[in-house]
Amino acid sequence: MKNEKTQVDDHGQKCYAFPNKPTPGMPVVIDETKCTGCNKCVNICTTDVLVANPEKGKPPIIVYPEECWYAGCCVAECPAPGALTMRHPLMMRVHYKNKETGEINRV
Amino acid sequence: MNWEDVVRESGKPMEWPYPVRYGVVNDVDVDVVVLGGGPGGCMAAISAARKGCTVALLDKAYPKRSGGGSGFDHWLNTPNPASNITPEDCVEWEAVTYKGYSNSLSRYIAAREAYDTLLEIEKMGAKVRDLDDDFKGAPFRDEKTKFVFCYDYENRFQFRVWGATFKPAIFNECLRLGVQVFDRVVATSLLTEGGKQGARVVGATGINMRTGEFYIFRAKATINAMSCHQTSWRFSTESIGLDMFKPNITGDGPAIMWRAGVELAQMERSRAAVPPGYEYPSYGTGNWWNTWHPASMVDANGKEVPYVDAGGNVVPVEERCRPRPGQKFIAERSRDPQYSKPTMLPDLADRIRKGEFVLPLYADLAGMPWYERKVIWGLMVGNEGRTKIPVLLNYAAAGFDAQRDMLQNYFTLSGEPYPSMDATLALGPYRMEAFGNGGEVVVDWDLRTNLEGLYAVGDAILAGNYYYHACATGRYAGRKAAEYALKLNDAPSIDTAQIEREKTRVYAPTERKPGKDWIDWKELRFAGARAMQNYCGGLRNEGLMKTGLKWIRDIKEEHYPETYASNPHILLRVLETYNILTIDEVILQACLARKASSEVLGHFRQDCPEIDPPEWRKWVTIKQADGETNIGELPLDFHGNLAGNYEAHNPDYKGYMKKKP
Repeated sequence: MKNEKTQVDDHGQKCYAFPNKPTPGMPVVIDETKCTGCNKCVNICTTDVLVANPEKGKPPIIVYPEECWYAGCCVAECPAPGALTMRHPLMMRVHYKNKETGEINRV
Repeated sequence: MNWEDVVRESGKPMEWPYPVRYGVVNDVDVDVVVLGGGPGGCMAAISAARKGCTVALLDKAYPKRSGGGSGFDHWLNTPNPASNITPEDCVEWEAVTYKGYSNSLSRYIAAREAYDTLLEIEKMGAKVRDLDDDFKGAPFRDEKTKFVFCYDYENRFQFRVWGATFKPAIFNECLRLGVQVFDRVVATSLLTEGGKQGARVVGATGINMRTGEFYIFRAKATINAMSCHQTSWRFSTESIGLDMFKPNITGDGPAIMWRAGVELAQMERSRAAVPPGYEYPSYGTGNWWNTWHPASMVDANGKEVPYVDAGGNVVPVEERCRPRPGQKFIAERSRDPQYSKPTMLPDLADRIRKGEFVLPLYADLAGMPWYERKVIWGLMVGNEGRTKIPVLLNYAAAGFDAQRDMLQNYFTLSGEPYPSMDATLALGPYRMEAFGNGGEVVVDWDLRTNLEGLYAVGDAILAGNYYYHACATGRYAGRKAAEYALKLNDAPSIDTAQIEREKTRVYAPTERKPGKDWIDWKELRFAGARAMQNYCGGLRNEGLMKTGLKWIRDIKEEHYPETYASNPHILLRVLETYNILTIDEVILQACLARKASSEVLGHFRQDCPEIDPPEWRKWVTIKQADGETNIGELPLDFHGNLAGNYEAHNPDYKGYMKKKP
């Protein structure tokens, strides 16, 4: 049962009056266990989709996701393999077909 | 994490992570300042530094990957030892294709020096040859030089290059030569002698998009390398980045030029486009254009969709990059039968509708010779901008294998980032600014503008286009600007009143409070795009365009002054919006001035329906003087004698085309 007075849900999460996030919301996904917080991605991004974490050494923060141009320069620059993955938004995922079997898949 | 995660974790809004220094002024004194750090700007900086000048280079981003920094795949129009093509040929195909509306002056300069430029960039560390012998034995490889070519394997003047290696190498050379780099500093205005419009240019002002601090660059020579205008008709408030062109090409260059009294031309040129936000990843669908040429296409049942030449003959895969009998050469973007490459049937859309080919179509790289498959999927897709990580590597990670799988084409389903074959699109409201070859700054044989001390490079030049052109003209303009700067003894004086006016303009959005109706930059840009769609779209007339101009001016004068910027990033977006609205005004005035329809310029007027009447075969020029718009004209052949003028302006230049004294 929800605690109506403090707006906390069953999992103890506070419920905020967030506006809708712009779409797409996460052009790059950061694996925080691998990210070293070096900010090379922040430096290379041409539109400042990512900003440096105010706390030094912590992963960067995606503040302007809707401005991403999907160049992937951030991923190319990242020195920690797997820490940063670029993801095209769902409506841009292209299909391909196995020439032999005819099986159709999506990237 | 994104900003919402931060709020959840900390329980409070996120503070701006960089120091905010509105009003803090940095003074920089140099011989040459380069505005814009794309490939052209960096090459200009290198060229000026090598002449012994002190150089400042500013860019919206970090120049290692900014501009065309994520990559490119073909280096065009380059006479070289493996080819018999001349600089005149390189100029000719564009002049014929665009019926004279191509800038033969800058194209000729670029063709004369493109090979020297390419070798120079190779020395900086870029990969321009197949040194690993990946393509040994391929018909597009010159076995002696190990260069690999595209589009025309016989005439060999269009190079395939590992373009993703270029920008880091060029930028590194800037650093090595001691160029002072100001990354994330955006130019906001030109400084002129006495603060007067149309006077000698003595530097520029800029603002840091993270800290908001102000920069004054005092320079003997200034180079405009800020690309073109790109975003007048199309805007999506959400999918801002899902567009063919970089969202940070916002016409700051031409808007700043316009305010200073620089002469622009061909601003009325545009072409049909798809609405924003409907794109698939660029070069990430199976297709037959450009980077993917000459990929084999099949329909849903595996039936081959043939390539045909301009004579309608079906062309097998081995012949798609060879001129047809009697054809002089194939040029990359030409649709003129003299130079066009074999491509899909012109009535493909109709044939699909009638059922001859079943949707969807696929690119069948698996069925192509090994060298074509490997060069398209690996070299071209892999080095063209936005392809290495987003397409080549991400698709492989998702399971796509070019040797086994066929990639779907979305062209006839709409949405492909290239112009649709559906002719009705041209009648619609969505336009784009010409895809290169657009309107921009008029230059002379020194690549100088009408203002003393101001030069232009790459896409900032009238009808500029292409990476090779950016690099070659950058290298050339840097040399010319340096020669000019080195002749001057004293640093020019700066008008303090002009600086104060600019500071007031730049910081105004940070000093006001949000208006009661909360109109922000996105709403302004959306409204500007709507005005351009409705009043300057596929079909125009004087009354429509005058209403459009009135609407744009209303937005700029009534609503822009209420726009609030809550941090330096948003301040930049607000200032960009002002520049876009400024360019909208210029476009509308240029469209009103051209009282004729034109096929090449994509300008169709109900009130002047005759297409390209002979008396209108000229460029319309536009500039401001004392705050008033001045319309003029320029002959299409303003370049005069190409070889003669080039020689006269470059008597001491040594290079591949001038081996003989």
